[in-house]
Amino acid sequence: MSPPSTTDVLVVGAGPAGIAAATAAAEHGRKVIVLDDNRKPGGQIWRDSSVIASPARSASGSRKQRAIDRLQRSGATLLSGHTVFSASASGQLETLRELATGSFAERFRFEQLILATGARERFLPFPGWTLPGVFGVGGLQALVRAGYSVAGKRIIVAGTGPLLLAVAAHLSHDGANVVAVIEQAALSSLIPFAASLWRQPSKLLQGAQYRASLSSASYRTAAWVAEAIPATDGRSLSAVRITDGKRTWTEPCDLLACGYHLVPNTELAELIGCTLQRGFVQVDEQQRTSVPNVFCAGEPTGIAGLEAALLQGEIAGRACAGVATASLRSRANKEQAFARGLARAFALRPELRQLPQPGTIVCRCEDVAFANLQHPSGWADIKLQTRCGMGPCQARVCGPAVEFLLGSKPSSVRQPLYPVPLHALTATTEHAPEPFKVEPESIHKVEETA
Amino acid sequence: MKPLDVLIVGAGIVGSSVARECALLGWRVGVVTGGTLAGSSTVAGMGHVVVMDDSPAQLALTAYSQSVWRELVPQLPKVTEYEQCGTIWVAADHDEMAEVQARHEVYARGGLETRVLSASDLAAAEPNLRSGLAGGLLVPADGVIYQPAAAAYFLHQAQQHGAEIFPLRATAAAHGVLRLADGTSLAAPRIVLAVGAECELLPAMQIQRRKGHLVISDRYPGFLRHQLVELGYLKSAHKVAEDSVAFNIQPRQTGQLLIGSSRQYGNSDSEIETAIMQRMIDRALDYMPGLRNVSILRAWTGSRAATPDKLPLIGPAKGLADDDTLWLAAGFEGLGITNAPGAARLLVNAMVGRASAIDATPYLPARLNAGAAVAYA
Repeated sequence: MSPPSTTDVLVVGAGPAGIAAATAAAEHGRKVIVLDDNRKPGGQIWRDSSVIASPARSASGSRKQRAIDRLQRSGATLLSGHTVFSASASGQLETLRELATGSFAERFRFEQLILATGARERFLPFPGWTLPGVFGVGGLQALVRAGYSVAGKRIIVAGTGPLLLAVAAHLSHDGANVVAVIEQAALSSLIPFAASLWRQPSKLLQGAQYRASLSSASYRTAAWVAEAIPATDGRSLSAVRITDGKRTWTEPCDLLACGYHLVPNTELAELIGCTLQRGFVQVDEQQRTSVPNVFCAGEPTGIAGLEAALLQGEIAGRACAGVATASLRSRANKEQAFARGLARAFALRPELRQLPQPGTIVCRCEDVAFANLQHPSGWADIKLQTRCGMGPCQARVCGPAVEFLLGSKPSSVRQPLYPVPLHALTATTEHAPEPFKVEPESIHKVEETA
Repeated sequence: MKPLDVLIVGAGIVGSSVARECALLGWRVGVVTGGTLAGSSTVAGMGHVVVMDDSPAQLALTAYSQSVWRELVPQLPKVTEYEQCGTIWVAADHDEMAEVQARHEVYARGGLETRVLSASDLAAAEPNLRSGLAGGLLVPADGVIYQPAAAAYFLHQAQQHGAEIFPLRATAAAHGVLRLADGTSLAAPRIVLAVGAECELLPAMQIQRRKGHLVISDRYPGFLRHQLVELGYLKSAHKVAEDSVAFNIQPRQTGQLLIGSSRQYGNSDSEIETAIMQRMIDRALDYMPGLRNVSILRAWTGSRAATPDKLPLIGPAKGLADDDTLWLAAGFEGLGITNAPGAARLLVNAMVGRASAIDATPYLPARLNAGAAVAYA
């Protein structure tokens, strides 16, 4: 490992929160490095799009560009392609970088750390959810943005959360035939949320635009996917069985995009020892975590979306530079109220716990079926006796599912936070060409879940 | 409720083995277990069933216990992943090759089959070892096991024969009464402490924690065929004054590679210590350079329960405690998985006054009170 790079402020994540944090800290004179595991900045929500046209998309595109331009002008250094796999509260953090010539571990030292690690999709297991043709909602959108063509494909978008309509609109724009959007939340819980948006007209307008661009698709609330039905070859999707709890019907389709809102990426915060509250990183008015000199902004502190991420990021960046943040606080608090509304509106219904059959796979990395998860003493023993969560995804997929299904939360976060080559864990790594490379058998599984 | 015949404190691999043996006797068994299996010495370790010859008593116990494992193998459920992969003790140079020859003879005198491997035999057996190694000693009867599942199976068998589990921490054990964390107590004419490295109930056990680090990889079936241990292992395992590392790697039935090992005294926390983990990994890379690109899923630490003379405590606590009801099965250091079923039989035989297949005297806890042996040597 090469000697560590040192900086005043280290920001992990170059989504909206990380970009705002780094910009604010750098504009106020701090030396800032931003680490991001993607190839380009923007995070999940500002992921690069291959086609630009819809009003919503071009608006967000220009906003993204403005934010990135400002980040560049601020003097902060953005290092893309760095995956953080280890960190300590004592001011050190390690990353892995994949290059054509191999992978390299690098070490960073910092005075202050801002965690802007974002969120990921929540998957819930149901019969058929591991079939080819079944994707996450954000997952399918990311694939399309990477060049996967959905033109002419019949797609059902299902699950829960504001992402469903947005992604359905984008898929439709990219030529897909979105036949239905299936939202598990009841209209009665969505209405108060929608009503609250009158105070934030931009969000309401965006929702209306999405809905308008989906005129041909049926939008169902209080309904959910009970099963993905394979084609006779068993290797592709033929239809989806949908239920509202009373009635069940079958809808033919080519692809299913199904995701149940978002779960925060709190693993790095947990590894450093930050206190969590109801699953989110606990922060004060200046985005300080329970660990001195460690801040957190954006989704890990509560799923609240873009505006909250930008505000919290700016607050954290200013706080690192010792600049007043009070002027931003009231807007940030308003966005947090929006987050609470989101959580209430899209709360998961208990019927979803009844979906997995005994043979339904819950942990894809280790092929653990639902029937094997009945263990009385919690996650630690479930994991030990079944290997659930012990595979390459390190419980990022099955962990939130098990937590919802059985009420057991993954108990410990360990380094490395992501699978890394053995050499990354040792001090003697030379930046030399790799002699040869061995491929793990389960790499294909990681890709399927991505 | 019928009165209990025995109370066992601890449900790791040793406590579970003792519970099973006692239940098979027809005894009413109570198992007191303060936590989950996770976090115990049992699950933190490597899960090997190996014969070790660092002392005649260790050789006798490991060989005997391995024979008990062999007897159990046909009934072990698939999830225990028992695999008789054999161990190769790897000799780096000609001095270590001389050691190979010496050990081959020690094993032979104990009636144990081993095979001396030349440099080319070794390279053929494990192509991913670096070139230039001198050879090795193959111990074909050794194996690896997924020990959390094995411990759970033994405990389950005990339950099927009527054993009852009390999911509470024991706070005191004396004269047939076990006090529990909730203020209640249980009584039995025999109390067995199978407490791993936690000797608060009887500090006279003089068990020290010896911390170790491990890392596990993704699945690479075929990369490794045998458990490998560097022959320098015993040298480093015997050093007590300083931290040490040694090359030790296991092929798991899943295709995963489990890589160790490190030893540290006087450190009871569970933090991963970068410096010693790096030394451990450097050691592994020295022997197996191809490991450098193997994808690592997890790293963790655990505590071995080390006694002053490196032998376990099996038998009545007499000599350490003025209490005829108290029995011990603890202090197995790095050999708890290997020795658990054998130790359980020795202990039960001692409790019912039956002869054992091997001489149990070297493991009697009272030896710690003989004075001279107390120094960590």
